[in-house]
Amino acid sequence: MKLTLEFGGGLELLCESVKTHNVDVDQTGEKKLTMKDLLSWVRTNLIKERPEMFMKGDSVRPGVLVLVNDCDWELSGQLDTTLEDKDVVVFISTLHGG
Amino acid sequence: MSGEEGNDNKETSSPQKTTAKKQQLCCICNQKRPALKRPKTLEQICKECFYDVFEEEIHRVIVENRLFKAGERIAIGASGGKDSTVLAYVLSELNRRHNYGLDLFLLSIDEGITGYRDDSLETVKRNEIQYGLPLKVVSYKDLYGWTMDEIVKMIGLKNNCTFCGVFRRQALDRGATLLKVDKLVTGHNADDIAETVLLNILRGDIARLGRCTAITTGEDGPIPRCKPFKYTILGVRIAGIYSPNAYRGFAREFIKDLERMRPRAILDIIRSGENFRIAVSTKMPEQGICERCGYISSQDDLRSTCCLNHFSNSMKREWKWCKACVLLDGLNRGLPKLGIGRSRGVNRQKEVEQTNGTKSIESKQCGTLDF
Repeated sequence: MKLTLEFGGGLELLCESVKTHNVDVDQTGEKKLTMKDLLSWVRTNLIKERPEMFMKGDSVRPGVLVLVNDCDWELSGQLDTTLEDKDVVVFISTLHGG
Repeated sequence: MSGEEGNDNKETSSPQKTTAKKQQLCCICNQKRPALKRPKTLEQICKECFYDVFEEEIHRVIVENRLFKAGERIAIGASGGKDSTVLAYVLSELNRRHNYGLDLFLLSIDEGITGYRDDSLETVKRNEIQYGLPLKVVSYKDLYGWTMDEIVKMIGLKNNCTFCGVFRRQALDRGATLLKVDKLVTGHNADDIAETVLLNILRGDIARLGRCTAITTGEDGPIPRCKPFKYTILGVRIAGIYSPNAYRGFAREFIKDLERMRPRAILDIIRSGENFRIAVSTKMPEQGICERCGYISSQDDLRSTCCLNHFSNSMKREWKWCKACVLLDGLNRGLPKLGIGRSRGVNRQKEVEQTNGTKSIESKQCGTLDF
């Protein structure tokens, strides 16, 4: 499944300073890909350093904003959000002041 | 689209139809798919409606609190962070839309920490172009003759936050003076203020507790400050990566937890802060003028004047300097620890209490609190 992932607010530093990643994520079995699956995929495949800045447990670290197709993932079920081909997922860190 | 139109839509379209659909629609316009949940109201609204509601809310705050007068020159404290960027955008937009007649400027501070401000100064420069607001960058080097890098080289990593913080506080005021503005606005939001309320309660700092919830402060000083985002909840709480102040870190964590349970708790804390009444009999610290730089000392600096008295007593000299001047003097004389030593302060404080016992407010911060 092809997805566009964007990292902002400093999170891009954890994946070699590349903000936009066009990725192809393998689906395991019949089940639809969820955000939970995607996060663990990102952690293994994209995050090159300090994964603790991105994740806490099996979710993102508090203070990281997640948008699925421009919509806050709180509205789509957070970790249970199911993803479709060509979805755009944005991660923005708000972790350093303002 | 205004809020009224949104209401009309709500009345004309049947709500049953909306809920029947798989995806809920925006609570306000009832047309678009929602993009976020407002922490304040828990409404699910779309991006466009969010902008409208947010901007009009800030407009209402500005009008109701009479933050500005037509013709005033206003400096926007711009750090390049999200809050001040949004502030710059909203103010320039509202100024146009509602004809405030304000002369707006961006004011940035460059502490002189290699790499630290590069990105944020870029952002501020972009803001300058995007919103057509003139930008003034004031550096620590300009103001104090020292960059933070130079200071760290001299005193090490410990305690340098004291310098940075004290210098930054004055830097905005001094920069604002340089721009000859009437007022300074900052992007402090409801979360910041709630945090400060808690901290001042924990520290028993009633002087600050009385003022920290005011939307405009320093009206008796040369340049008043105001916070148009006083009632704006951040939504996503910032968890600082490094927290120079463990106490503040604690308050932050606590507020974050409260907010997770009920976002409006933030506003309730501010309300509580506003409703504190301090007994008239309580002695309050006075404001003074620094004898070295002429800066009107806020409470912050007055504390350090006490601090200074500690060692000026032992040196048999009467100085009344602001905290920045004390620190700067230490740096210039190669004694950078002057004015920061807490452990020393305890002994000195005893001396002061013995010599002029009533004068030290520092040691007796708790007054009577009336609700």
